[in-house]
Amino acid sequence: MRLSPDELIFWHYGALKLNGTIAFTWVLMLVLAGGSIIITRRLSTGLERSRWQNLLEIIVTGIEDQIADVGLRAPRTYMGFLGTLFLFIATATLGTIVPGFEPPTGSLSTTAALALCVLVVVPFYGISEQGIGAYLKSYAEPTIIMLPFNIISELSRTLALAVRLFGNMMSGTMILAILLTITPFLFPIAMSALGLLTGMVQAYIFSILAAVYIASATRTREPDQGPATPAPQ
Amino acid sequence: MLIDWFTVGAQALNFIVLVWLLKRFLYRPILAAIDGREQRIAKERADADAIRTEAGHERDALRQKNADFDTERAGLRAKASADAAAEHQRLVTEARAAADSLAARRRDAVAAEARALQDSLTRRVTDEVLAIARQALHDLADADLDAQVTTVFVARLRGIDGQPRADLAAALAGAAEPALVRSAFELPAAARAAVAAALDQIAASPTPPRFETAPNLIGGIELSVAGQKLSWNVADYLATLNKTIAAMLTPEDPVPAEAAPKPTADPT
Repeated sequence: MRLSPDELIFWHYGALKLNGTIAFTWVLMLVLAGGSIIITRRLSTGLERSRWQNLLEIIVTGIEDQIADVGLRAPRTYMGFLGTLFLFIATATLGTIVPGFEPPTGSLSTTAALALCVLVVVPFYGISEQGIGAYLKSYAEPTIIMLPFNIISELSRTLALAVRLFGNMMSGTMILAILLTITPFLFPIAMSALGLLTGMVQAYIFSILAAVYIASATRTREPDQGPATPAPQ
Repeated sequence: MLIDWFTVGAQALNFIVLVWLLKRFLYRPILAAIDGREQRIAKERADADAIRTEAGHERDALRQKNADFDTERAGLRAKASADAAAEHQRLVTEARAAADSLAARRRDAVAAEARALQDSLTRRVTDEVLAIARQALHDLADADLDAQVTTVFVARLRGIDGQPRADLAAALAGAAEPALVRSAFELPAAARAAVAAALDQIAASPTPPRFETAPNLIGGIELSVAGQKLSWNVADYLATLNKTIAAMLTPEDPVPAEAAPKPTADPT
């Protein structure tokens, strides 16, 4: 039994190797990008539009609303990163219903890569929003004594992100594999559905946490804006 | 080892590529489509608002026009009604005047006809009565009657006093010709003497009066001197009677015309 699709090696040359994680990731990328290209080839700006365009618009506007709800002022600036995080993890979870597909998020390497991306992106957005001096100074808030703790917090939450997602995805796959050996019928289906639910929740959690980290990095010095007033209809 | 750092690097790279791909092929076109639709809807709403505003203006203008039209129509109607009423009044007045005029003319014609008939009748009756009276008196008159008449004439002549007596006296005194006494029949001498005596009593005349017979007097006596005349004869009585009868037969006022029925004005 494999703990991770990393162990499924299709090709390898020296340090370079093509394992299951990378291969399934490429499949996901192909599905996401190819689907997007096909659906967005004939987009309608009128009131009449296709069901697939409707679906994509619902997903995109839903992501935009979620980012705005977290408190980020310009949701579209962060949509590329956060939206892709969510779609990637969610699609990987959905892929588990395809026999033979192993979600790349079940590999700690993938979740670590995603967490590292978050680790890099958070200061990137923080510096671009408030400048490098102000961003670095935020680590010494409220006093300089908090500096090491803030750095540890930054690293530990990255580790937590990676391990949480990996644990959930890997456990789902593992439980399914174990149950298949014990009770081959019906019960694995129920567990698979449960796995889908937890996978979607994890996708949401991962994206929202990343959004919250970015928001905390970009809003350090901003005054509390209070609740957003509803736009007039 | 659960973490393969090569795989970590490859996945990070994969993820970055995926971010770029989705940005390029998913978010940008979808957001552009949404923005385009929102802009289009906003434009359509703005257009609709503009059309609604314009329609509101046109509606107001139309209402104003209708109000003006109603006012004008009411004014024209009132004017037409007033004109019609005035015309009606004028026609009624004209008709009434024409009817009055016609009635007056008819009344005058009837009155004139009646008067003519009356006059004709009166004249004939008078003529007949006078003719009968003249014939009767003519038949009755004779010398004796004239003598009686002369007696009465003399008595009356003697009875004259005042201004008539003075005038008569002056006429008798200043006359160039003798006084003329006319009678229907030849007066007897005594009567002539009585008349002459009476005249002398009034004023002494240089010449005695001249006596003539005048059958047209029918009966009676007449004294003429210097333009003055004093008579008491049947012809004068008949003339007076004729005048009196004519005065009695001639109506003082024309017969009042019967009031013509007034046409009532039709309010419609």
